[in-house]
Amino acid sequence: MRYGMAIEINKCVGCADCVVACQTENNVPIGYSRDWIIEKVKGQYPDVFLHFESQRCNHCDDTPCVRTCPTGASHVIEGGIVKVTQDECIGCGACIEACPYDARYFHPDGYVDKCTFCDHRVQDGLDPACVAVCPTTCMHFGDLDDPDSDISKLIRKRENFTLLPEAGTAPQIYYLK
Amino acid sequence: MSNFNRRDFIKISGASAAGVALTPKLSGVFQNFFQKEGKHLLESDAVKVPTVCEVCFWNCAGWVYKDQEDNIKKIIGNDDDPHSNGRLCPRGTGGLGMYYDDDRLKKPLIRVEKEGQQSFKEVSWEEAFDVIEKNMKAIDKKYGKESMALLFHGKTGPHFEHLFKAWGSDTMGEPAGAQCLITREAGFIATYGAGLASPEPTDVRNADCLVLIGNHIGENMHNGHVQEVSTLIDRGGEIITVDPRFSTVASHSTTWLPIKPSTDLALLLSWMNVLINENLYDKDYVEQYTYGFDLLAEHVQKYTPEWAEGVTTIPAADIYKTARIMGAAAPKTIVHPGRHTAWYGDDTQRTRAIAILNALLGSWGRKGGFYFPEKLKLPKEAHPPFPKPKWSWKDISKKKHKLAIMGITNEILDNALPEYKGPHKVKGLFIAATNPLQSIPDEAKIKRALDNQEFIVVVDTMPSEITGYADVVLPEATYLERLDHLRTAHHRQPNVALRYPAVMPKYDSKPGWWIARKIGLRLGLDDFYEWEDFEEVLDWQLKQVGSSMEEMKKEGVKLFPRNTPMYLEDGEEYWFNTNTGKIELFSTDLDEWGYDPMPVYKSHGDVPAGFLRLIYGRLPMHTFGRTLNNPNLNDLKKEPNLWVNPKVANIYGLENNQEVWLQNPKGKVSSFPIHVRITERIRHDSVFLPHGFGNKGRIMVNGKVEEMSRTYGRGISDAEMISNIEIDPETGGTGMRNNFVTILTEKPTKTEEKS
Amino acid sequence: MEENILATARDIHGLYPHVHVWGFPIAAYLFLGGLAAGILLFATIYYLRGKAEDMPFTVKIAPIFTFIIIMIGLFLLVFDLHHKLYVWQLFLTFRIESPMSWGAWTLVGVSIFSLLWPLSYIDDIEAYLHERGWRRLDGITTFIRNLEHNWKIPRFIILTFRKYRTFFAYILLFLSVILGIYTGILLSAFNAHPLWNNPILGPLFLTSGVSTGSAFVMWLSNNHKERKLMSTIDMVLIAVELFFIIHMIMGMQAGPEVFKQAAHLFLGGEFTVIFWVIFVGMGLVLPFVLEVLELRGFKIHPAFPALLVLLGGLLFRIIMVQAGQISEYPF
Repeated sequence: MRYGMAIEINKCVGCADCVVACQTENNVPIGYSRDWIIEKVKGQYPDVFLHFESQRCNHCDDTPCVRTCPTGASHVIEGGIVKVTQDECIGCGACIEACPYDARYFHPDGYVDKCTFCDHRVQDGLDPACVAVCPTTCMHFGDLDDPDSDISKLIRKRENFTLLPEAGTAPQIYYLK
Repeated sequence: MSNFNRRDFIKISGASAAGVALTPKLSGVFQNFFQKEGKHLLESDAVKVPTVCEVCFWNCAGWVYKDQEDNIKKIIGNDDDPHSNGRLCPRGTGGLGMYYDDDRLKKPLIRVEKEGQQSFKEVSWEEAFDVIEKNMKAIDKKYGKESMALLFHGKTGPHFEHLFKAWGSDTMGEPAGAQCLITREAGFIATYGAGLASPEPTDVRNADCLVLIGNHIGENMHNGHVQEVSTLIDRGGEIITVDPRFSTVASHSTTWLPIKPSTDLALLLSWMNVLINENLYDKDYVEQYTYGFDLLAEHVQKYTPEWAEGVTTIPAADIYKTARIMGAAAPKTIVHPGRHTAWYGDDTQRTRAIAILNALLGSWGRKGGFYFPEKLKLPKEAHPPFPKPKWSWKDISKKKHKLAIMGITNEILDNALPEYKGPHKVKGLFIAATNPLQSIPDEAKIKRALDNQEFIVVVDTMPSEITGYADVVLPEATYLERLDHLRTAHHRQPNVALRYPAVMPKYDSKPGWWIARKIGLRLGLDDFYEWEDFEEVLDWQLKQVGSSMEEMKKEGVKLFPRNTPMYLEDGEEYWFNTNTGKIELFSTDLDEWGYDPMPVYKSHGDVPAGFLRLIYGRLPMHTFGRTLNNPNLNDLKKEPNLWVNPKVANIYGLENNQEVWLQNPKGKVSSFPIHVRITERIRHDSVFLPHGFGNKGRIMVNGKVEEMSRTYGRGISDAEMISNIEIDPETGGTGMRNNFVTILTEKPTKTEEKS
Repeated sequence: MEENILATARDIHGLYPHVHVWGFPIAAYLFLGGLAAGILLFATIYYLRGKAEDMPFTVKIAPIFTFIIIMIGLFLLVFDLHHKLYVWQLFLTFRIESPMSWGAWTLVGVSIFSLLWPLSYIDDIEAYLHERGWRRLDGITTFIRNLEHNWKIPRFIILTFRKYRTFFAYILLFLSVILGIYTGILLSAFNAHPLWNNPILGPLFLTSGVSTGSAFVMWLSNNHKERKLMSTIDMVLIAVELFFIIHMIMGMQAGPEVFKQAAHLFLGGEFTVIFWVIFVGMGLVLPFVLEVLELRGFKIHPAFPALLVLLGGLLFRIIMVQAGQISEYPF
């Protein structure tokens, strides 16, 4: 079992529904967010290229955040989901510094907070809130270890990229061109 | 109250309030709610209440999820709803912020004057109704009921429409007409004898080719349409986007035609030229269903792609190419009608051209084109016939604009001006859920009209610019706290959707139906309000179509079978609701009324030297000004940017994120600054400004300032910059896209605004 | 033209435009850790080499300060935590992969031993103080001696320590080396920041830490011989530091784009002046020159170069913490 995400950038309109759905699903306080949208523009008018990336924790295979955590609050659960146990976190910020994606932040209550792939929903067989709400259906969630899963097929079929592979963390969110 | 100068009031309150407003306000209630330890709301613990979203006009149906303590936790789309298909857009998902916003209007307010200072005073509902009753009756006595006009928007509107019609005034209009889609409706009615209404019955789900004329779908989150465009991308369909700006959908299109602004009609006519001359049009369809093809064929001969290249700056080769793509995919080609089409003052003609193109492609009434929508017919509650007013909005606008199919807000306000000497004076305004100072152009004129009123009532959930002009302010409950009319908008399948209050109204706010009814009873309209609770009306209506409140509370949305086919059968006899019974390529009505029977290209001039064209549009996470203060949506986008091309930035010496002001050709300087975004997504002769920002509404209540604190003073209001309004002769629609601005890098010294 | 912009507002404190969750407290903590390690390193080494009597300040007196220094450092660290009430979680687990974890444990060890070390020298310390006419601290020394005399457990501990001082000196030497290395490699464990992600940074921090230790002794010692020795050692360490700095920046320049950008922070970027002029110029080269001049017989107060080295060491850590956080992979 290895959970991952595939996001079709040819369909994403950058509406940020994923962001607000995450906030309401996970009680993320106003002013904070576990996911966000990056807009990338290249070229010169009228030869312009644009795409949006809905970004969040990449639930990497190689997790510098978990490695640098001094208390074990940051940990990996089944399916490769990276989580933080609030009551074990001392708020030292090491994992924030360790993450090349800026996916972690201090919750106003002091502990470090981040995307959980909505593991509480996944346990019930649901998609994460961001995936479930997306009006363009550009986001897909599933088991990367299962070659027959929709997401595995999509990633095989479509040209794709991950974010900052050079950071060496083996990210598990794939952006499909 | 007419002796009060409302503008003075705003100035006084603004000055004395400056210090107070600078301290950022912590949104107490809202934060407390979210800072509760974040355990997830389990489905088994959730209480679900059906709702119909009111954050935009798409009115998606969804479910409000509450915890056991009656806290609204999230809103999720209803899977059975054809508007949303179970997936709300960001605004719908963040709609709960409308309820939690602690800047809401909280108590009924009336204007009082103390020691020369005007302020609002919190009063009881009964006291507020006393003032309303007294003043509405006074206007009736002095000028007649017709002189009290209603401006409205959204689902709040119908409650007050009923009140006004029952009382005897049909002087009413909504910005959704003249400032938005009236020209499009007129263009399609003139062609097909049928308008499009909302949601537009475009069968994008089955289309092979979609043509978007300035329609920035995806930035406008017209939910169902965004979803269907996504399926078109999945299927590898053609998307041709015509836009001077590299919009989001332009980036997802197979072809982007970066057109010179204001020349769209030239492109549309040249496409007709190619379709006809290259025999790409649907001959059987055109022959069977249309009227005036030969006239059209001759008419468009002069509009060659080579000519259009000179006008639009789009290479002729691209015009040929795209026309052929459209022709090849026909009839599964949709030239999308768009929605906000009040652009250049010849908008009925431009949307007519779109309608004609669709007719040539044979897409109207065809799978993958425009389907025939069906709407559930819901019987209206029984009441005595409405009294017939001596005059109405029709007398204001219908004579001038034959195709004005609804009240023209800006002309109602023209009749409210002091210089208006005609018989249809407007002396009182009842404004429900709209903010004319942002939604209707020409702020200075509107302010004069407001100053000339003897009585103004504002019903809204939030304080906005208009609130400061009211004599009575009534706090309305948000859509999550109230019951409204059933949604029966047409679609592929007739359907009904229920908005049921998920929670009790916060503060001292009340639902629109309750407010309207109470005023109705004060005005002696008891016969029109025989029910006590609006739920009774809805229950009765639902029972007439074989459902009930009980069922709808459980289901939220109910679908009904169609009675007619969704598409034309091959060769089917079909009678269109036009004079000729056919699709009128040559419009007999327009001809008779003295308008161009077929669209004629007219130049709208060039950008004046030293200025840039003001292109305004939407951000996906906001709906006009109404969502800007919603804590959830404000969190996504707090401030707009002014988009400028790098070349422009070079000329003006701008840097990214620099603060600038705008000035229009009449010398009006924006109230607030805005941060620049230097981007290749915009042309060198234009700037782009997201609509609805630059809020400057602020009221004094019991000596304290109330405002939309999260958005006050952020960004520039495009409405404030628009100085040139080009009226569409057919409908009275207000063309707002021939407007220009220049960029000021220094904060201008404050000058008195000329009115 | 290229744009990479955040389309949704995400003004979470300390995340944009670049991560900035660590500031002065962490820099100061690293500085104090390195300083303590340096002081203890000299104390234990010279003790083991039998120089306790020749170099009383280095071996017996200076370690008194390390306990205070470490306590200040720990206070700063805890002060900087965002979930302070859970700080005890640090000591429920030992995670070898996390420098933060074994660093915390090392600090505990060092702080215990650096407390016991001077306690075991309490008579010598009192004598040292009296020699210099300092009687104001007699209350404390008397209190400690009473503790030792009247209480069994403290007596046992201090006596044991005194008895096996050599053994404990080895342990403390080992711990202080670990502490020095820890303050050095803490930052370089964070690959997400290219500036920190280089193999020179650890040795550089270690060298700098030892250098500050020697400067500290040089500053406060009254013994001319001690001072001269420390001054000589410090010169060597400064030379090594300079070599490491050049080597580090050249290495980054030779690397991929993100590393070049990291190097650019010091080569024309916003940290150029403060790094080269203030830190390298005033914190390394100037004290080096002053020390050379002093050895050649010029009259220069030893506190002068020593303070420059100490301030330079602190500044260096502040710069590296700040610049490192700016040095990020593009999103």
